[in-house]
Amino acid sequence: MLTIKDLSVKFPSRFGDITAIEDVDMVIKPGEIHGLVGESGAGKSTVGAAVIGLLQSPGYVANGTLTLGDTDLRTLTPDQAHVMRGDRISMIFQDPQTSLNPLMTIEDQLIETIQAHSDVSVSAARKRAVDLLEEIGIKNAAQRIKAYPHQFSGGMRQRVVIALAVSTDPELIIADEPTTALDVAVQSQVLDLIQRLAKERQIAFMLITHDIGVIAQVADRVTVMRKGRVMETGGTAQVLGTPKHPYTQALMDAVPPLDRKIDRFQVPEADEASRDDGDLAENWLLEGQQHDLTGLSLQNLTVRFAGPRTSLFRKPPHYVALDDVTLNIKPGSIMGLVGESGSGKSTLAKAITGLVTPNAGTMTLGDTALPFGKSRSRHHPSRQLVQMVFQDPYSSLNSRHRIGDILTEPLRFYGFVKDATERENLARSMLALVGMQPDAITKYPHQFSGGQRQRIAVARALLARPRFLICDEPTSALDVSIQAEILNLLKDLQSKFGLTILFISHNLAVVRQMADETAVLRHGKIEEIGETDAVYTAPTAAYTKSLLELTPVMPTSWQA
Amino acid sequence: MVYFILKRMFQSVFVMLAVAFLAFSLFRFVGDPITQMTGVETSVADQERLREELGLNDPFVYQFARFTGDMLKGDFGFSYRTRQPVADMISSRIPATLELGVVALIISLLVGVPAGVYTALKPRGVLTQAILMTTLVGVSIPTFVIGIMLIFIFGVQLGWLPTFGRGGTVQIGGWESSLFMIDGWRALLLPAITLGVYQLTLTMRLVRAEMMEVMRTDYIRFAMARGVPMRRLHYKHALANTMVPVITIIGLQFGGVIAFSIVTESVFQWPGMGLLFLESIRFVDIPVMGVYLVVIAFFFVLVNLIVDLLYVAIDPRLRIKDVS
Repeated sequence: MLTIKDLSVKFPSRFGDITAIEDVDMVIKPGEIHGLVGESGAGKSTVGAAVIGLLQSPGYVANGTLTLGDTDLRTLTPDQAHVMRGDRISMIFQDPQTSLNPLMTIEDQLIETIQAHSDVSVSAARKRAVDLLEEIGIKNAAQRIKAYPHQFSGGMRQRVVIALAVSTDPELIIADEPTTALDVAVQSQVLDLIQRLAKERQIAFMLITHDIGVIAQVADRVTVMRKGRVMETGGTAQVLGTPKHPYTQALMDAVPPLDRKIDRFQVPEADEASRDDGDLAENWLLEGQQHDLTGLSLQNLTVRFAGPRTSLFRKPPHYVALDDVTLNIKPGSIMGLVGESGSGKSTLAKAITGLVTPNAGTMTLGDTALPFGKSRSRHHPSRQLVQMVFQDPYSSLNSRHRIGDILTEPLRFYGFVKDATERENLARSMLALVGMQPDAITKYPHQFSGGQRQRIAVARALLARPRFLICDEPTSALDVSIQAEILNLLKDLQSKFGLTILFISHNLAVVRQMADETAVLRHGKIEEIGETDAVYTAPTAAYTKSLLELTPVMPTSWQA
Repeated sequence: MVYFILKRMFQSVFVMLAVAFLAFSLFRFVGDPITQMTGVETSVADQERLREELGLNDPFVYQFARFTGDMLKGDFGFSYRTRQPVADMISSRIPATLELGVVALIISLLVGVPAGVYTALKPRGVLTQAILMTTLVGVSIPTFVIGIMLIFIFGVQLGWLPTFGRGGTVQIGGWESSLFMIDGWRALLLPAITLGVYQLTLTMRLVRAEMMEVMRTDYIRFAMARGVPMRRLHYKHALANTMVPVITIIGLQFGGVIAFSIVTESVFQWPGMGLLFLESIRFVDIPVMGVYLVVIAFFFVLVNLIVDLLYVAIDPRLRIKDVS
């Protein structure tokens, strides 16, 4: 049993200590899955790191007690703590792609871990490792164990990671976002596995995640954290069903439901810049609409990539990224595109923007055909009419340019506004329109949070006077409350300016909130397409059904 | 895999052709070969006859093809200065330079890798700071100054080690080696250290930087969280992953060590290719210079090919394809 009392962790800095977490209390019983939920920067991972004794230097435990069974974890010497790691406490990391040593076989990594904590021969350790892999759901383990990590798929790799964590029979496993990097189907398998291990082996799990759906599905108890402090703790049904703390309530409100569409997310309205400041930009955008609502239609679009060369004489095999895709996006509507990783979602976006050359098919924007890939000239009107909002606002804005330079670039580039002061005024006004302070114009991207940066990215896209916007996972790098704000913003802008949007996401619940129509993509093929409500309530394709079933949801009764 | 090697070799052929072209241009266009070969007393008619005999009036492409063909047959021409075949001159000098380079490389690895690991694991230690300072001084001082300082201290003041030449050597086949005599090793030590200092510093700093990077990765943190013994974690997990990029640079640098041993060889009067090259420059012995160029380029290409193969040996991701 893990007991945490009054835990606080500090990071010394030149200006005094910075408190990362403060007064954290938590008890995890054997066999219990304890969810630790909160947004980025809430200090969830710091709690886990403090328990296992792997705080990033120079952080230190400033106060409180940490006990596992009868052992006081704070009094252990570094050597004792290292022996205890793995033996009694283990950990699972977020990304199975990076948490295994790429140069060693699975076998070597399992055997060394088992041998580090129990005095057994190599062959006995190997036998245990093979049995464990079988138990964890890897078939033909005796042979697969000889493989290197890169030979496993993402889900299988996360199983191997779990096998490694379990191999020494620990009492507690800290799972830090164990399913965030996985597709829903794999996520549900991994969560099942965690539940089974907790029950059968009586392992206590600390499940750190930002995904409330995941918590709702598997956690017995939950602790909600914000800014390094515990907001609320208790049984999962109680905390999520009848939240006592306003923050928990706000968090729940921001989670997009899968089973219905809500018009607007309830988000606390921050003191945004006066809406009047945005009038200039609004009028400018409206007056620029010489083009009517612009739809996009894709006919039999096929994209093939050359695979790795395996032979000197044979041509490398093709990898089909998009297979005969036909998609009709009505003018002024939002088309949702969902699918798992590798399904070809982003390839579709790249084909439309001309970054990838399709092998067959046609693309029509409005009533003009779009030339493919490099044959589309740099001055083709579609380069202005089609704009894109990317997933990661941390890398999509040039960190060496001021916000003003970033925003005025399309105005100058497409020759909309000749006068520099006028351009700047328009950029300021546009910032107000997307809900930011106009004085942001003199700052640099790193001075803003992820959500603010995504607003800037949207502003940048709008300043090109687009008619067609591609949003490629625009909120998957953001916290739920920020996600809710951005989704609200996109909805507002869409209805105000009559944009046509292709909204790409792996998150079915988000797409449900946004899209008029939804297309489900798998292995480059469209599995199903139709009115969003119809697709979600009465899916026809088996694949859509399974996706919907596997997505973790909260019981409806828990939601306001 | 086979395809990869063949592709690399194919590329290498082009590199070698480019270098051969440079060497050829040097031979053909830096001054007139005939005036350099003949004295003032040779008549113009004789010069013209010689020119015709040597094929210097043939079209450019013919001449280059003939030059490359001769090279491939092992016919490297004759030195202007000694009138000996260039092939013999170079091949008699290769062992000295190679042994010097290899020993310098080994010294730099034996010291550089452990020092890099140590300084990465204890980034704030006193010894770490001392090592970093010393090596910084090491690279800041030019090679020849280091050589002269070593000669002064160990050769002149203390009188422990010889200050020039190869010392005792043994002939094994056509290879003249100083690795089998105590005397030879004594002579080899100072120049090898001089030549290895820069490489040592580079190796150490690179290992340090890479190792610190690797220690922050998820798989190392996961290995920590599993309680993998520290020694194994550092040397089996971290160091192996560190070596992949380090090998590239060391490989590239080794080509450089061979090429730039010129300075060290001249300080220690080490009878290797570098010294031969310097002598050739002094006497405008263009055939030797050209061949030297080609031989050095060949070493570079060879070392790079070996590095590529080492990559494959170390990294299973390049060796075994995804089965899924």
